[in-house]
Formats: sequence, C-alpha cells, structure tokens
Amino acid sequence: MTKRKKMMKRSKRENLVGWAFLSVWVLGFLLFMAYPLITSFYYSLSQVTLEGEGIQVQFIAFENYRRIFSSAPGFSFLESVSDFALEILFKVPIITVFAIIIAVMLNQKIKLRGFFRAIYFLPVIIASGPVINQLVSQGAATIPLVEEMGLINLINETFSENLARPIATIFSELIVILWFSGVQILLFIAALQKIDRSTYEAGMIDGAGAWESFWKITMPSLKSMVLVSVIFTIINLATFSENQAIAHIKNNMFALDTGFGFSSAIAWIYFIVLALILVIASLLLGAFKKEVSKR
Amino acid sequence: MKANTKNKIKHFFFGKKLSEGLIGRLVLYGLLLIIGFVYLLPLIKMFTYSIKDLEDLVNPIVEWIPTKIYLVNYQTSFVVLNYFKTLGVSLLVTLVPALLQTATTSIAGYALAKFKVKFKAVIFLLILLTYLVPSQIYMIPKYVMFHQMGILESVWAIILPAFFGQGLSSAIFILIFYQFFRMQPKVLDESGEIDGANPFQIFFKIGVPLATPAYLTAFLFSFVWYWNETYISSLFLGADLYTLQLKLLNFSSQFNLAQGISQTMLNEAIRYAATILIILPVLIVYIIMQKWFVEGIDRTGVTGE
Repeated sequence: MTKRKKMMKRSKRENLVGWAFLSVWVLGFLLFMAYPLITSFYYSLSQVTLEGEGIQVQFIAFENYRRIFSSAPGFSFLESVSDFALEILFKVPIITVFAIIIAVMLNQKIKLRGFFRAIYFLPVIIASGPVINQLVSQGAATIPLVEEMGLINLINETFSENLARPIATIFSELIVILWFSGVQILLFIAALQKIDRSTYEAGMIDGAGAWESFWKITMPSLKSMVLVSVIFTIINLATFSENQAIAHIKNNMFALDTGFGFSSAIAWIYFIVLALILVIASLLLGAFKKEVSKR
Repeated sequence: MKANTKNKIKHFFFGKKLSEGLIGRLVLYGLLLIIGFVYLLPLIKMFTYSIKDLEDLVNPIVEWIPTKIYLVNYQTSFVVLNYFKTLGVSLLVTLVPALLQTATTSIAGYALAKFKVKFKAVIFLLILLTYLVPSQIYMIPKYVMFHQMGILESVWAIILPAFFGQGLSSAIFILIFYQFFRMQPKVLDESGEIDGANPFQIFFKIGVPLATPAYLTAFLFSFVWYWNETYISSLFLGADLYTLQLKLLNFSSQFNLAQGISQTMLNEAIRYAATILIILPVLIVYIIMQKWFVEGIDRTGVTGE
C-alpha cells in the first residue's frame, strides 16, 4: 500500500469515528430541534385543534399571522414584544458597562479577589424566574435611595408615558438587572487576563496615564468579548421565564380562541424580532469595533 | 492650565495606575464593597424579613434588624412546599439531565476538537443555531410529540432531550468541551494509538481523565441552570412533578392547597422564607464549589480566541 493510500484511508477512518462520536448529538438535533422547528413553522400556517387524544392540523396559510395584527390577543402580544425590544435597548448597555467596570476593578492586584468575585457571581446561582419575581413584587429589587428621593415620580413627570414606564421599571429593578451580569463579568476578566502586562508598561513609558491605557490598550482587547457578552445578554433576557412576550406564547397555547397554531405564529414573530435585534447589535458593535481600533 | 486640571481630575479618579497609591486603593476597595453590598441587598432584605413576626412586619421602625428571631415562617413554608418530597423531584429533574447533558456534549465537543470530520463548519453552525433559536419556537411541536410518545408529564420529557445533547444551553457546553479538548496535546493521543488503543479507549482513558475540570464546570453550570429553569418544566411536567421553583411560582395557590393553613396567614415574611428555602440547596453547592464556578470559565478556556 502506498503512503498516499494509507493517508486516504486514515482520513476516511477519522471522519467515520468523528461522526460516530457526534451521532448522539446529531440524532438529538434531528429529533428535538430540526423536526420540531419545521413542524412549528407548519403549525404557524395552520389551524391546530385538539380532539380527544388526537390532534387536527388544517392548513390555513397566513391566516394566523393576519390575526396577530388585527385581534386582541395578537395586539397584547405585539405590545409585549415592543416592550421587550425597549427593555433590551436599556438593559444590555447597562449590564455590559457594569460588567466591564466590575471586571476591570476585579482584575487589579487586590486582596480578597476570590471573595469579591464570588459575591459578584452569586446572583447567577440563584436568579431563577420565580425568585426574581418574588424579589421584584415585594420591592426588594430596588436601591432604597431611589424611592426615598422620589426618583420614580421625577421620571414619570419628565418623560412621555411610553418612555417613562420602561425607565421607571429599570430604576425599580436596578439591582436584579445588574444581577444578570455575573457570567459577563467572568468573561471580561478572562479577556483582561490575556492582556500582556508589558503592554501597559510600554504604554506608561510613552507617557500614557490610566485613562489613556484604558481606552488604547484595555478596550481594544475587550472588543470581541463585548460582542460575545452582548449576544449572551440578549439571549439570556429573551429566554428568561418572567419575560412577558414568551409568557404570551405559552398562555395562548391553551387559550380557547387561539391554540397551538396561533401560538406558533407569535413564536415565529418573536424569533424574527429577536434575530433582528441580534443582527442590529452585531452591526453596531462591528462599527464600534472599528472605532476602537482607530483610536 | 486647563489640561493640567483635567489631568489632575483624571488622576484623582483613576490614579497613575488604578491599584496604586492610597487614594486609588481606598476608592477601589470602597467601590467594590459598596457595590457588592448593594448587589446583595435583596438577599439581605429577604433574610431579615424571613425571620420577622407579624408585629415586626407592620412596625415601621423595625427595618433591618428584627426584634426577635421568628422561625414559624420557615415552618409554614416548609409545609406548604412539602419540602422534602418536592426537593426530591427537583433533584431528579436537575441532577439527571445535568449529568446526561454533560456526558453527551463532552462526546460531541471531543469529536469536533480531535477528528477531521466532514461538514464540521455546518455542525458548528447548527450548534450555534440551537443556542440562538429560543426554545419557545419549537416547544409546541415538542409538546405534541411528547404527548404522542406518552412521556408528557413525566421526567422523561426533561431527561430525553438532555441525553441527546439538546438540553438547556447545550451549545455552550459543547463549545466548552471543544475548547478544552483542543488544548490537550496531540502527543498523548498518538502515544495511546501506538499502544494499540482504539479511539473510544483513547477518549475514555486519556481524554476524559485529563478533562476533569471541564467536566466539573460544565456539570455545575448545567446543574444550576436546570435548577433555575421553570418555563419548560412548567409545560412538560405535570402537577404531580412540581419542582421547588414551580411551587414558588404558584405559591399562593399552593398555600391554599396546604392543609391546616389559611390563606389569611400568607404574608411577605412567609414568601421570603419560602424563597430562601428554594435557593438554599444551590447556595450550599455554590459555597462549597465556588472556585469551580468562577475559575471554571478561565480554566476551560472558553474565551480562547
């Protein structure tokens, strides 16, 4: 056997072994992801009725989608989606900036670093939908000063009603919003630790202060992590169980006047909105990346 | 002159180097402590309220320090949650899926890291897709499918997808293992090959033992995420299989169901006590394994490239 043939045989074998290792995942993907995804799209174009043990699927084209934009349950869903988009607009920058600030502070040579890190990561462990729900509804999620200074009233007076509502929500839930930054803080710390210390020393010799070093050395090396962290944050918020938009999807499943078909259709609209948000965020950060590199 | 003042202000806030100089250090520790305290404020409030009796609750002077430690709130929530039985259910639908998901995703990550597989780019794209597509989209057909398979309202509805690597955030775990296995030196596998081991033996004898940190980190994250998950479990698990989180979600109605306890007794102290009982198991795990959570992300090299 020539060497070439042996190589060919080896790569063929490697491919087969690799697929054998992947087989369980691939099977799972087809069964629990690809098939349900396609079926869901088909449902969204159908009238799905439950009959005893069975289920009846009748194709009705875009009727469900038309209903979303014209009926009451569809309207309240659309409202919650636009609320969600606004929420993303406010929360993602807050969470990202907070995570970067904390990561930079925790990356300094400080005592008790492990202790501080453990504190800032703690919320990730406990922040489930019901727990956050309890904290928010009992008013434990806000910084005490916010209420005492009458900030919420001030916001309600200054902004128009549509804008005041999300801003007021942010202040009254500020702490638990910051709770969503645990994983991101760790991501940024990991990225910061990759920066060579000598880069900072070289910068200092050239007369750069902490401010300049931060913008010219630290930020450029964080830029790809910013994108990862923003995407993580968006997905995390989008699938959080207290999110009103996804609550609609579940509630409409068993509602008498809507059902599985209508529910699937609003789920797809939600997905499209989410995809758009992700694309816009990536584009914006792409521009931001260039801006930082130019500095 | 103006530039000088600007510099002074900058140096006041940031120092020459943040961690140097007395003021810099004081500011740094001060900020970390204050923000950390505010960060934990909801937890502190939850704890102090959970041991307040009715008198303390309505007394406006008693805010942070209760006049006495009142544990009846815990007793009541314990009964309402049917704690030990519910804890058993919670552990079942948390530990088993977490273990299975860790195993499957590690095998998939290993395949992508070690073998030249055809269509690898497509596989990566599909993995990314499973992360980006919210589960709400394909949840309804899954519900119908599980119904037809007869596993709806049973633990299998949670366990099966986890086994097939389609559990919670499976994509993240595949990437963790991919990065980790990629960092393992190839020489080790080759030496195994020379000794006549087949790829599966190499995986179990060389790959897995060397990847213990990645396994531990992935398992812990998987455990915590399953513990905190309620959207899918509320849909797929029946009322007989309510987890602790689901009981907290429906706490008022659970309160009605509990025998010998009247609805009028429900107050925020009891709610907080129940919340503490629910975060307690993960909190204990976190206190013991804290290092593996916070260092895991570095150690597994998720952030590499």
